[in-house]
Amino acid sequence: MLKEFWDFLMNDFFITGDPLILGAQVSIGLSMVAIVIALSYFKKWRWLWTEWLTTVDHKKIGIMYVIAALLMLFRGGVDALLIRTQLAMPQLEFLHAGHYNAIFTTHGVIMILFMAMPLMFGLFNIVVPLQIGARDVAFPYLNSLSFWLFFFGAMLFNVSFVIGGSPDAGWLAYPPLSELSGSPGLGQDFYIWGIQISGIGSLASGINFVVTILKMRAPGMKLMQMPMFTWSVLSSSITIMFAFPILTVTLFLLFIDRYLGAHFFTLDGGGNPMMYINLIWMWGHPEVYIVILPAFGVFSDVVSAFSKKKLFGYKSMVFALMSISFFSFFTWLHHFFTMGSGADVNAFFAVTTMLIAIPTGVKVFNWLFTMFRGRITFSQPMLWTIAFIPCFVVGGMTGVMLSVAPADFQFHNSYFLIAHFHQVLIGGVVFGYFAGLYYWWPKMFGFKLHDGLGKWAFWLWNIGFYVCFMPQYALGLMGMTRRFNEYNFDLGWQPLNIVSTVGAFIMGLAFIFQVWQIAHSIKFLKKEKSGDAWGDGRTLEWSIPSPAPMYNFARLPEVSSSDEWWEEKQRRANGIKPKPLAPLEPIHMPKNSGIPFIMSVFFFIAGFGFVWHWTWMLVPGLIGVAVCMFARSFDYDTDYYIPVDEIERTEAALKGGH
Amino acid sequence: MAHTVTPHGGHGHNDHGHHDDHHDHESIKVLGFWMFLVTDVILFGTLFATFAVLHNSTNGGPTPHEMFEMPGVIAETFILLTSSFTSGLAVLQMHRGNKKGLIGWLIITALLGASFIFLEVSEFIKMVDEGVTIGTSGFWSAFFTLVGTHGLHVSVGLCWMIGLMIQIGKRGITPVTKRKVTIVSLYWHFLDVVWIFVLTVVYLMGVM
Amino acid sequence: MRKTIRFLVPMMLMLIAVMLSGCSDKYIVLDPKGPIGESQKDLIWITVWLCAIILVPVLILTAVIVWKYRDRKDNKSAYQPNWEHSTKLETIWWAIPIVIIAILATVTIKYTYDLEPSKPLESAKQPITIEATSLDWKWLFTYPQEGISTVNYVQIPEDTPIRFRVTADQAMNSFWIPQLGGQIYAMSGMAMTLYLQADEVGDFFGTGANFTGEQFAKMTFDVKSTSEADYKTWVDSVKSSAPELTEEGFQQLKQPGSSDKQSFSAFPKGLFDQVVMQYVGPNGADAPHSGQKSGPVKDEEGGGHDTSSTEVEGQLLPVMNH
Repeated sequence: MLKEFWDFLMNDFFITGDPLILGAQVSIGLSMVAIVIALSYFKKWRWLWTEWLTTVDHKKIGIMYVIAALLMLFRGGVDALLIRTQLAMPQLEFLHAGHYNAIFTTHGVIMILFMAMPLMFGLFNIVVPLQIGARDVAFPYLNSLSFWLFFFGAMLFNVSFVIGGSPDAGWLAYPPLSELSGSPGLGQDFYIWGIQISGIGSLASGINFVVTILKMRAPGMKLMQMPMFTWSVLSSSITIMFAFPILTVTLFLLFIDRYLGAHFFTLDGGGNPMMYINLIWMWGHPEVYIVILPAFGVFSDVVSAFSKKKLFGYKSMVFALMSISFFSFFTWLHHFFTMGSGADVNAFFAVTTMLIAIPTGVKVFNWLFTMFRGRITFSQPMLWTIAFIPCFVVGGMTGVMLSVAPADFQFHNSYFLIAHFHQVLIGGVVFGYFAGLYYWWPKMFGFKLHDGLGKWAFWLWNIGFYVCFMPQYALGLMGMTRRFNEYNFDLGWQPLNIVSTVGAFIMGLAFIFQVWQIAHSIKFLKKEKSGDAWGDGRTLEWSIPSPAPMYNFARLPEVSSSDEWWEEKQRRANGIKPKPLAPLEPIHMPKNSGIPFIMSVFFFIAGFGFVWHWTWMLVPGLIGVAVCMFARSFDYDTDYYIPVDEIERTEAALKGGH
Repeated sequence: MAHTVTPHGGHGHNDHGHHDDHHDHESIKVLGFWMFLVTDVILFGTLFATFAVLHNSTNGGPTPHEMFEMPGVIAETFILLTSSFTSGLAVLQMHRGNKKGLIGWLIITALLGASFIFLEVSEFIKMVDEGVTIGTSGFWSAFFTLVGTHGLHVSVGLCWMIGLMIQIGKRGITPVTKRKVTIVSLYWHFLDVVWIFVLTVVYLMGVM
Repeated sequence: MRKTIRFLVPMMLMLIAVMLSGCSDKYIVLDPKGPIGESQKDLIWITVWLCAIILVPVLILTAVIVWKYRDRKDNKSAYQPNWEHSTKLETIWWAIPIVIIAILATVTIKYTYDLEPSKPLESAKQPITIEATSLDWKWLFTYPQEGISTVNYVQIPEDTPIRFRVTADQAMNSFWIPQLGGQIYAMSGMAMTLYLQADEVGDFFGTGANFTGEQFAKMTFDVKSTSEADYKTWVDSVKSSAPELTEEGFQQLKQPGSSDKQSFSAFPKGLFDQVVMQYVGPNGADAPHSGQKSGPVKDEEGGGHDTSSTEVEGQLLPVMNH
């Protein structure tokens, strides 16, 4: 009996026999032990539970999203370096084919769903309530649930690396390859449940931020007076609401194909694999706009702050955001022009795709003319913004090239495509979120990040980026197809692949600089006390102390302009006295709750049970989820008031620091 | 982290009589639920789309023509429509402040919902007995998934309603329970509308 | 640090320039040897120039603005912190992309119809049909007219339109010969049509372009374009010397694994269609949409649905090859 169990553990449960994975297993095990020991030694378990695991404070949830995203960036980045190493020296067979396939699959999934998405939600959480003068999001409890669902979904996906086997059918897992007939292993099931669980969290976040922005704005703030980042969050969240249910259904159908033997996407039994490809891109294309739109918002806020000038063409910017959201739902077919849909269909989707270039181009001009007749300071957030413009414009142009359907027949699935989407995703999304992180970092933690190290990281990222991806455009024109783990030497692909790999390692180095930058800045902590860390803040988040007190605003601000804090500073400079302060009132706040965390653990258990077909595990998991829902429904003690004297004490303590 | 602010938890319920505040919170939750319904519309829309794509993919196996038994389906329809009406009556009683009437109509609604589920499950069992399962062909996969997802929604609504009746029994009609009843009945009407589409697209077009 | 950067940036640019200019004959997409590839190359250059009309000025403008308005004490350029709107300017930059995209869209639509892959090529010669099947992980080519078959290489006569019919046994693939023209998906249950032609004699690189599983990278193949006479000689030599591909042989061949180049003097009759139709139900109710049909095969029992089915699928699943 014991021996059988041991055999199961060693043969089926854990992945064995690969030195790379063994190393990872050992280091994961050791770091888990280290974390447990450290928490016990410093008696931090209670602190962890009351301050973080059960928190419903949007600022803390935002910070947890950011930390998780950076960890995932590390894993996705290591995957990228492994891929590049293999492609630079395919002769050495650094990775065998199966392992290579698993790695590019997890690289894609992690970077989009477990890196870009949480980094985005992190910024949503940290910034939006502060920008609109609210005390929290509309549904703080749901917000916490969203985070923990994302977290445990990501864990479920990541655990497949050492337990059961990684998915290896590509990041969008086209059937029939992803069906049981093509991928009999457990990896694909980990893929389905990891994404499904975190996807539910994303959907809930989308709803949460739409309602927050529509209902929780400070008195006087009209829609057309919202900061541009908030607008971009609104457009992105609306897109989430319409796109993510499609993902949920698609993954669910793939799951019942695999689990119950249904015939949605199978080859036999009347299934239709092309339906999956349509459905997954009906989500997948809006998804890339979901992650890029908030980056546009970040750039808008940053460019206006560091040009010390109002954002140019506010109405155009809003219209552009919303039209991109709208058109993003009518372009999905450009991901498979080569499916033989016929000239009518291809022509239609080619044109809708090109249309998106118009509002995007307008945004670029508006950013440029925000700088025009401004005064530009080259702070770290501004550097990333300036680097973004040329990078994204070039990436956008290659995107237009890809949208020309008949030409796409020559680009499709080649490295030209790979280079294009990395250019818009790194040059747009990653640069954008980095700009946002550097910009709001002092608001999150109350100190700025070291400038010199940040500039090193900035330059290395940029140089590494171009060295890595420009050669890939060329490789695409040489006929190199994506997802090849090896190639014939006389095709002449190797020199450029080596260059590209060098670029990837430069970006890896840049990431190390950023980690060093954070560590250094914490060690030589310089407290930022003004609240308006850059001195150029324009929006409400800069009008309160950094980090913000748990209730954000002791008194809700009255808003009359999209650059309220900038106007306020102008008024003060011109000697206009601020209005007398209204008396403080008790502040209504949500109570912390452990249910989101526990419920997500049950989701994880159920997901794990589904993956392994273990009824004894999935049934308790699902029951646990249901019980948690009931427990919440029956809990009427969900909020409280912060009394005035406590607010006064907090405010005095914060002012004392001035 | 370096910035722990005031400790929380342990604050008693501080009833300052912030009823406006409370009312505002409840309306935000209703709006949130509307947003959820939007996503649920997309969810069902996607399922209907897959059903439409696969509606001829019987793979040489049994067709809807052979399998569907309309009397049961029509009974299900009437039951669900009636339950939608009774849930409306429950809301009416709630606005009158009649707790007993509210709970009574909710019980009737739940019973109707339960009989709907009972009929649907019997229909499924009968089909499986006759050898038609989710794995029979693309058409039946789409059928069981679409109709089953609706059934699952109704079942969730049932559990929710039962939980709510207990809460109303304990706490009476308060702004919070009021909002909850409003949301449940919204959900219930929504499922009714979805069922009309299921009836038309799946059953009527299937036997025609 | 500034010095390092000033040194690194030009180095990097030079490196890229060298990389892009060197070994230009390797850029096979831009060095087509057939009419389809030729048109696609023209189209690529048209889009490049159209994009450059916007790209170059924007890049210059960015550099100029960032330099001119940097925050220096002695900076004499204008500073207008509240200048946030100009209808004239905004109209201009809504108009420019609209005009460019309108031109590009017109060009695209024209080319989309011209280059529709299932459209026969104009030629005095009769097209040759070659059927390409993506197996796990090799390409099987069958020549229905000549009755021969090859694995992982395909030989064609120059100046003759080739009508490729493309399918997959299992995972979806994509059939791509960059120097002859763009790719088409190889999908199980579908027969896709792709017309290509080689204008000269030569050896071209062919590849699978959609991930099919473990040994996907082995799915490259050689395309050998020869004179018509050499082609005939080759067909005859395959017919006389190569072994036959039997039904059992095919079952062996489709087992997962890679393969060397192979030639067969014969293959089971209708092998390609057999692969395409392998999952069709007994009464053909859900017959696959082949490249030559505009909808599902007629369903005897539910015949009344045919029209609606085509409509629905036309919207949701544009799978037809016409």
